[in-house]
Amino acid sequence: MTMKRNLRLGCVLLGAVGLTTAADAAEQITFVSQGGAYQQAQTVAILDPSAKKLGITINQDSIPDAWPAIKTQVGSGKPIWDVVDTPTGYCLRGGEQGLIEKLDFSKIPNAAAMPEAYRSPYSVSYEFYSSVLAYSQKTFPKDAPNSWADFWDVKKFPGRRALRNHPIATLEAALMADGVAPDKLYPLDVDRAFKKLEEIKPNITVWWTSGAQSAQLLNDGEVDMEMAWNGRVSAVAKEGAKVGFTYNQGILQSTSLCILKGAPNLDTAVKFLNEAVDPVHQANLPLQIDYGPGNPKAFETNVIKPERAAQLPSEPVNAAKQALMSYAWWSSPAGEAAEKRWASFMQK
Amino acid sequence: MLALVSPALLVILALIVLPVGWLAWQSIYHDGFTLENYRRVFTEDIYWRSFALTFEISLAVTVIALLLGYPVAYLANSVPKGWSILILSLVVLPFWTSVLVRAYAWLALLQRTGVINQLLRYLDVISEPLALVHNTFGTVVATVHILLPFMVLPLYATMQKIPGDLMQAGASLGASPSLTFFRVFLPLSLPGVLAGCTMVFVLCLGFYITPELLGGGRTVMVSMLVSRNVELYNQFGAASAVAVVLLLSVLAIFFVVSRFISLDRVLGQK
Repeated sequence: MTMKRNLRLGCVLLGAVGLTTAADAAEQITFVSQGGAYQQAQTVAILDPSAKKLGITINQDSIPDAWPAIKTQVGSGKPIWDVVDTPTGYCLRGGEQGLIEKLDFSKIPNAAAMPEAYRSPYSVSYEFYSSVLAYSQKTFPKDAPNSWADFWDVKKFPGRRALRNHPIATLEAALMADGVAPDKLYPLDVDRAFKKLEEIKPNITVWWTSGAQSAQLLNDGEVDMEMAWNGRVSAVAKEGAKVGFTYNQGILQSTSLCILKGAPNLDTAVKFLNEAVDPVHQANLPLQIDYGPGNPKAFETNVIKPERAAQLPSEPVNAAKQALMSYAWWSSPAGEAAEKRWASFMQK
Repeated sequence: MLALVSPALLVILALIVLPVGWLAWQSIYHDGFTLENYRRVFTEDIYWRSFALTFEISLAVTVIALLLGYPVAYLANSVPKGWSILILSLVVLPFWTSVLVRAYAWLALLQRTGVINQLLRYLDVISEPLALVHNTFGTVVATVHILLPFMVLPLYATMQKIPGDLMQAGASLGASPSLTFFRVFLPLSLPGVLAGCTMVFVLCLGFYITPELLGGGRTVMVSMLVSRNVELYNQFGAASAVAVVLLLSVLAIFFVVSRFISLDRVLGQK
């Protein structure tokens, strides 16, 4: 709320100083992200500069899980949001269900120049994070677990473990633990993955459901190793917790930008989408928060210093060690079936 | 008469009847009439498991809350007024703290590096930390704590209405204190027991945050199924069907209980 008001105020002030013309001030979009430190970071790095450059007003809203809201808003026929920053799978699934606009990449040159794997007909990658193997440096002062096979090896690495209570990335980790190469994962062998998961299940103390919970588990010493998002682990480490993680066999995931079907400000939304993945704006993001740019050209702008780049999940050397999540597979019928199977796996 | 109550009726219609009706409607209508959502609830074993687990946990919580709550209410009833106010405030005080905060507080107490495990290790009672949380045990402990006031208050209200003369009369006829308790006091307090148990059991059926935070992901109660249906199946209809089945079970419980006691006698003013 305050952020929204500040933004409006900022734009009014900008207008008053005469940096933008009065006519442009009428153009606006409503942008939705996941809130918290992350949305704050992108406001500074991407949203404010984009608004200024395009001379538009960006109203912000935030929601932890946008999917039900997308469905309800578009379903009602009168969406109030324009652009959503959400896990890529939702953009794809929404596209197939007619909830998300198909993108015309000729109008989004910045995205057209991005690698094929980083975009879809309905979305462009906005930022990258990674599901990594994190561990307590107290429990493992040296010879820390370094692969999913190590995570599964309860004899060599005794200790309590946690995994995310969700099949996405967890099935990938199970297959890598079973010896599948990171670039040979898709289409996932779901049966094999669940079989491997059955093996580790008795040793999982907690199946976490939120990023905050995963950070707390590691910070409090409730678990000795777990799958966690890189940004959460580094945040805990910055606060002084003795924890570490490896990008080796991490699962590289992204949120993407997509536009709601029938968005009230479609043209402005497309303009914004192009601006949001501009390499320089994108390069600004990791200066604010531990997420990697969605546009790899950001690494060529010299905005990100090499030692900073080395810490980021989508930096080319780090990316090469990881598996790139296939959202296309996860939103396919096989992927949805695997998602449904998870519920019964958990309750048996 | 009708003119006088119509504003109240409108409020009830708008806030209760319409939303519940809409909920039920969603569970049977999705691009046409369908019973698919109910078929799933009644045939897929994950639903059975969740309902069974939810009823088990609710039963355990109710029994424990009764065993803990009855002596507290009894004590509050038998001590002088000032003391009973103190006891009841101690029962109600945590009630005003957010459920979320209390769940995290239990986490801080029960986890591996938590207060209880560290104390036990310090006292050399255990060598390895006990698994007190991230399981059904931790869920039950925290839920009992949260729901205890709902047990103590109706019990206390019922006990207050039991005339003290009856106990004296029993004693004057030669009964021992324990005999007067079991033959006179306990039967007269039973409506309170039933009311307290019903409240705790029914409230427990809908618990969400506590099992989510303290259950370690394995303790999947019905309310969590509702949220997962929205997340996993992307179907509000499936979630509605689960909610409707839960609502009907609660109504059935109230119906059965109301055959034994009039609920408003205990919950109301009289």
